[in-house]
Parts: sequence; structure tokens; C-alpha cells
Amino acid sequence: MNETLNLLVGLAMGLNLIALGSSRLPTLIRAVSAQGVVLGVMPLVLEHHFDWRVALIALATVAGKGLLIPGLLRRAMRAANIEREIEPFIGYVPSLLLGAGGTITAVALARGLPLLPEHAHTLLVPGAMAAVLTGFVLLIGRAKAIAQVCGYLILENGIYLFGLLLIHATPLLVEAGILLDVTVGVFVIGIIVDRIQRAFDSLDTRKLTVLRE
Amino acid sequence: MKELLLIVVPLAGAVVAATGLNNRSRPWLLPAVGVIHSVLCLWLLLAPPPVAAGAWLGFDPLARAVLPAVSLLFVVCSAYGVSYLRIRTERSNRVFVACLLAVLGLLSAGHQARHIGVLWIATEAVTLAAVPLLHFNGTPRAFEATWKYLLVGGTGIALSLLGSFCLGYASLHGGGGGDLTFSALAAQGAGLSRPWVLTAWVLLLVGYGTKMGLAPMHTWKPDAYGEAPGIVGAMLAGGVTTVAFTALLRVRVVVAAAGEAAMADRTLLVIGLFSMLVAALFLLGTRDFKRMLAYSSVEHMGILSLAASLGGAVVWAALFHVWGNSLAKGALFLSAGNIRRASGARTMDEVGGMSALMPRSCALFITGVFVVTACPPFGPFFSVLRVLRAAFESGHDPAAWVFLACLLFAFFGITRLAFAIVDGRPRTAAKTHGKRFRETSGVVLPPLVLLALALWLGLATPAVLCEAWTAAVSQLFPSR
Repeated sequence: MNETLNLLVGLAMGLNLIALGSSRLPTLIRAVSAQGVVLGVMPLVLEHHFDWRVALIALATVAGKGLLIPGLLRRAMRAANIEREIEPFIGYVPSLLLGAGGTITAVALARGLPLLPEHAHTLLVPGAMAAVLTGFVLLIGRAKAIAQVCGYLILENGIYLFGLLLIHATPLLVEAGILLDVTVGVFVIGIIVDRIQRAFDSLDTRKLTVLRE
Repeated sequence: MKELLLIVVPLAGAVVAATGLNNRSRPWLLPAVGVIHSVLCLWLLLAPPPVAAGAWLGFDPLARAVLPAVSLLFVVCSAYGVSYLRIRTERSNRVFVACLLAVLGLLSAGHQARHIGVLWIATEAVTLAAVPLLHFNGTPRAFEATWKYLLVGGTGIALSLLGSFCLGYASLHGGGGGDLTFSALAAQGAGLSRPWVLTAWVLLLVGYGTKMGLAPMHTWKPDAYGEAPGIVGAMLAGGVTTVAFTALLRVRVVVAAAGEAAMADRTLLVIGLFSMLVAALFLLGTRDFKRMLAYSSVEHMGILSLAASLGGAVVWAALFHVWGNSLAKGALFLSAGNIRRASGARTMDEVGGMSALMPRSCALFITGVFVVTACPPFGPFFSVLRVLRAAFESGHDPAAWVFLACLLFAFFGITRLAFAIVDGRPRTAAKTHGKRFRETSGVVLPPLVLLALALWLGLATPAVLCEAWTAAVSQLFPSR
């Protein structure tokens, strides 16, 4: 049980690094999409016997994080007709080093936090922290709006990973509400991206520099 | 059930606005819903309903102490909104009215949330509902502001969700059964896992602090407030920030119950002072009068955070200050909106001598400046005085001196900019531009009402409000 789960978390961590190292938007979106699918499978692995609520969450996650949102991002990318190059503020090698360092720190930090016996041998907490850190690096270190949205999604994925620890304890209502909000959030971001494109004819957030002291 | 109507009525109004009515009749929905909301709110303020122990939503003492201020601000802003949207007839106001009503409904839900998940959902939804309001003006600058708001605000809200999860895990680790209402979490007390509570506190402070606009997470604020219509700025500064503040107060109860009150207070003190310091420095430098209001909001959030760190009686003053700040910010944003429209510009380099063109709006603006810089005899003066006295009495002398210095610098910064705009000779561009926007009673009376309320709050604080704040303090500090 735990081995499969840890394998999946490891996979998600690897996808973090791919996202950090990719220089083209389609690769980045593909990495995020793959991570969404990996995350969606996890609740099923965690479960000892079939539970329809958990299955529903898994299905919604795969559909949302794995298909719907990456699809929207690809559409935004095509519609805006932007170049596929990512143009980083923080170069790919420094990003990768930050990501790797962050992952190691996450594993070390997670040691310091007490876990319930059933979670003690999983990589969920370090996986969550690593994804959150990766998300931050992408949010700060990328110029293109779509790359920043991908960073935000990886950040959300980290939070989702952490949420798996609570999947039995929190009622479905909260879970569903959260998933809905995340989707809507990216929806809105997508619309904004669209509008920014119309206003600036590019998706370069470096041009958003009128407002400053 | 009246407390649920506070949420349902505005949301129903939002649905009506989104689906029906035309551009002329739709704005009237704002005051209609606003009046129903504030009547309900006042009724609940005077006759507080019982709150079921395990309820996820409830008009508890803390909601009672703060929500009426938001309601009052909304009803006055909605009256202004009717006149404002009449000026802006060239744009469809369908999304604007619907989103503004949705913001009110969700703010009511956020204030009444007694469950950490519900609180988060409400805050997240408010964040999203405010997005179309911010780019109502449709300019490239508005888009830029909206993008920054969404990115910074979205990250903050994501971190507060992570913090909520950590708090949930703290409860689970301590043997909790998954009941994430604040009362259940606080009841678990020392049973909560300390390392997880600390992690949760840090994340929630950063997350909700971003929504509140505490430095250094305030970066979205000047852009958003500077580019949004005045009425939206007023609702953001007077409504949304208060939800984030009460969220932190509610979380602090749980952290204190877990035995980490000292740590929570220390972080609140430091972040509060830092916010005031950053705000004061930027107030001395900024030349844009709407961005100035944003920095002033950062400063006041710093005051609230500082007050929350000093314990029971000072939290009473903080709730008092929430009222004063909401009313003052409302008046300032609305009158600044008038000046901004008539001048057609935003910095003191381009705007001057507005008192000749818009005498009434300028008088309101200057009065508002004195309210917000805590001059007597308005409400904020008395709340700030209480906080300051408590800081000296509780032995936080260095903090109190920094506080005082920041207030002084903020006063210099704000008055410098305000008088530069109001005094002098009008620019020729503004003379021709200003003709299009007359000072009708619809855009002058609302800020006047808000200032009158701020004055009333200072001179004769209603007994029922004092009692409501005391009740809220005893909810937040159960041992006292």
C-alpha cells in the first residue's frame, strides 16, 4: 500500500523537477497535467476498500487537474498565439537546483513534524512541501502568464497532497467545495489571461510594470 | 434563520442581477439588497440569536461585533453606486452589480463562519467575486492590477488552505474526530499537536495576512485600490480586509488554546509594526492619491494586528477601530473617486486646485483624511488612543514609540498629498474635464453620511456596540 503511494509521490516529485527544467510551455503543461493524473490516482491507492466518495474525488481530480485545466491552458496558449519559449527570470539550472534543494529540505523538515502511525511511512508531507516550493519557484521565476498559472497549479497540487492526509477526517462537503473553488479559480485566471492578451498582445508579465512607486 | 438570510438575500440578488433586469434598473438592486441586509443586521445586533454549539455558520458575538459595520458600509456605498453607474452607462453593469452583491453575501458568510473550511471557502469566493469588479474600468492598468491581485491573492488564499489543513491535522494527530469548527478545535486545547499548530499559524498568518494586506504581503493592494472604482475600493478596504482580520482572530483562539498564545501574539506584534512602518514610508513617498489610500489601509491593518497582539481589552479597541476604519475608508474612497473622475488624473503632479472645481468632494476628502489619520473627535482617534495606552501600560514601550512615529509619518505623508491635490490653482485640463462630472447629491451625500457616522462613533459610541464588542472579546478570550 505505502510502497505504491510513495512511488506515486516520488513520481510527482520528479514531475516537479521536469516542470522546473522545461524550457517550452507545452512540456510544462504536459508535466502539470501528468502530475494531476498521478495525484488523482492517489486516493484510490490510499483506500483499503472501495468507497464511492473517495472514488468520486479521484475522478474529479483526474478530470479537473489532469484534463480540463491543462486543456484550458493549451487553448489559452493557442488562442493567444504566443511563443512557446518560457523566458525565465530564474534560469533553468538555478531553478532545478532550487527545486532539488527544496525537495531535500522538505524531506528533512517533514522529519521534524509528528505524524500519525498510519502516515509515518509515507512521503505525503515532504511531497506536499516540495510541490509547494516548486510552485513558488515557478510563480516567482517565470515571466509568461501561463507558466505562472502552471506554477500556481503545482502549488495547489502540493496542498492537495497534504489534503490526502485528512481525506477520512474532513467531510466531503469541504473537499468538494475546495475542488470547485480551485477549478473556478483557474477558470477566472484563464479569462484574465485572455483579456491580458487582448490588452497587451502578449502574455509577458514583464510588461505589467506601469503600476509601481 | 435571519442570520442565513444575510447570506441568501445578497446571493439571490446577485442571481437576479446576473440573469434579469436592464442596465438602468439593475443598479437599484444594490440599495434594495443593502437596505434589507442592514435592517436584518441591525435587528440581529439588537437581538442576538442563539448560536448552536456545533453550527458551521452562526451570528456569534464576533460576527455581531463586526458584520454590521460591513453592512452599513455597503448600504451607503450602494446608494453611491446608483449614481456612479448612471455616469458609466456606456458599459454593461450586469457583471459589476452581480459580483458586488455576491461579495456582500460571501462577506456575510465569511464573518459568520464558525468552521475553518467554510471560512476558507467564503474567503476564496470573495477573492474571486472581486476580480470582475477590479477590472470594471477596462483599462490596461486595470488589467495589470487585476492580474497582480489574482496572483498574489490566489497564492495567499492557497497558503491559508494549507494552513487550515495543518490545523486539521493538528486536531487529527491529537485524537480529534475531524470536527473542524473553531469551538471544537479550541475545546481540544492542549491536545492539539503543537508543531502542527505552529505550522498552521504561520501559514494562516501569511495567507489571511495577504488578504488583509499586511506588509510584506501587501503588494497587490496599491495596484488594486488605485485602479478599482471608488466603491469597490471602499468595499475591499472596509469589508474584505475585516473578514481576514476576524479570521485571524478566530484562528488565534485555537492557537491560544493549544498553549501557543505568546508566539501568536509576538508574530502579530512584529508583522503589525512592520506593516505600519512600510506603510508610513510609502505614504511619505507616493504621489498617487488613490494608492495613498491603499497604503493607509496597510497602516490600519498594522494597527489592528498590533492591537490583536496585546490581549483582551485591546482587542475591544481593535473591533472599535474596525468600525472607524471601515467608515473612514468608505468616505475617503468615495470622495477620492469623485475627485479622480473630475480631474481625469491620479498623481499630485497632474492634479491640483480641486477645491475650486469640486468644493464639496474636497471638503469631504480632507475631513476623511483627518478621520483616517486618527484626529479627534472621530472614532479612530479613540480606538488608536486605547491601543497606544495599552501598549505603554503593558510594557511594550519600544513598540508603542514605533507606533507613534509611524502615525506621525503617515499623517505627514497623507496630508502632504491631500493638500497638494486640493490646494492651488486648477490645471487647465481638469477644468474642461471636470465639467462632465457634476457634484450631484448622489455622489456627495454617501461619503458625508459615512463621515457623520464616524463622528457619531467617536463622540457617542452607542452602548449596544460597546456591549457587542465586549461580548466578542469574551468569546475570543474565554478565560477572562
